[in-house]
Amino acid sequence: MHELSVTESVLEIACRHAGKAQAKRVTDIYLVIGRLSSIVDDSVQFYWNLISKDTLCENAQLHFRRVPAELVYLDCQHQYQLAEELTPCPKCNSTRIRVLSGDEFHLESIEIERK
Amino acid sequence: MTNKRITIVEKIFDANERLANENRRRFDENHVFAINLMASPGAGKTSLILATIKALLDQKVRIGVIEGDTAPVTIDADKISAAGIPVIQINTGGECHLDAVMVENALNQLPIEDLDLVIVENVGNLICPAAFKLGTHANVLIASVPEGDDKPYKYPNIYRGLEVLIINKTDLLPYLDFDMDYFRQGVEILNPGLETFALSCKTGAGLEDWLLWLKSKLPKK
Repeated sequence: MHELSVTESVLEIACRHAGKAQAKRVTDIYLVIGRLSSIVDDSVQFYWNLISKDTLCENAQLHFRRVPAELVYLDCQHQYQLAEELTPCPKCNSTRIRVLSGDEFHLESIEIERK
Repeated sequence: MTNKRITIVEKIFDANERLANENRRRFDENHVFAINLMASPGAGKTSLILATIKALLDQKVRIGVIEGDTAPVTIDADKISAAGIPVIQINTGGECHLDAVMVENALNQLPIEDLDLVIVENVGNLICPAAFKLGTHANVLIASVPEGDDKPYKYPNIYRGLEVLIINKTDLLPYLDFDMDYFRQGVEILNPGLETFALSCKTGAGLEDWLLWLKSKLPKK
């Protein structure tokens, strides 16, 4: 998995915004992760503890908000949340789907202590 | 001392995507068609590249290869180099995928202005390469039949971002319990109407259609 490079991006984005806001330090980081983006929280946390040392983000708490995968079958408009394996539509047996959500992976906000 | 919440909403992959756009601009400026070739280890990435080179060299197509490997071994790069093709090896140092920065560095070393086609061979992996855009024009996945017919269901993300799917090692189908209908149903759910070529790099069966598709994409210089 690529959690190290992903965690480095999180750190870069957080430090850049904290610097702009003249933060003394960052206390909390709020991440949004869709069910379909294959990111493992524990692994991000592990790398975070290592690479955030000696930065504005040292000891900042990571918060993960998981977004479920919502799909819609285009032929019958049946909408459902992905639980396990992808299947044809249980209602009309169509394979035409669109993913409504679940791909998200972004840094939503940070909480900082002012100087 | 006060605390303050700052709203950011920045995609984690933004930086990579900006660089990928930059790579795309370079390909386009130089009239080069570029593909990102992905697959699990052993699916036949290097075999397909060698078969493609062999067929297209005769037709005066100028090809360059960017070869991604997690370890500093040059086995794949050596084979391609032996075919007389400029090849840049990227050693990812254990990383599981190529990203846009690595491809940018490789592009700086390729004679891109003298090429028609650049093939980027990604690291053998069905998960991580799906998340990192490189700036290539087409994501191509090789699924080889010995891997099993359930792979679209297990690795949905990589299938969703594809322009082309190649089903390789079809010469082995008589010996395997590979349910082609089940496999294709999974692909259809994830990527309806996906351009698909079933072939065997070993026997050459089916290669022609893939080569015709590839040639149809090459910019006229």
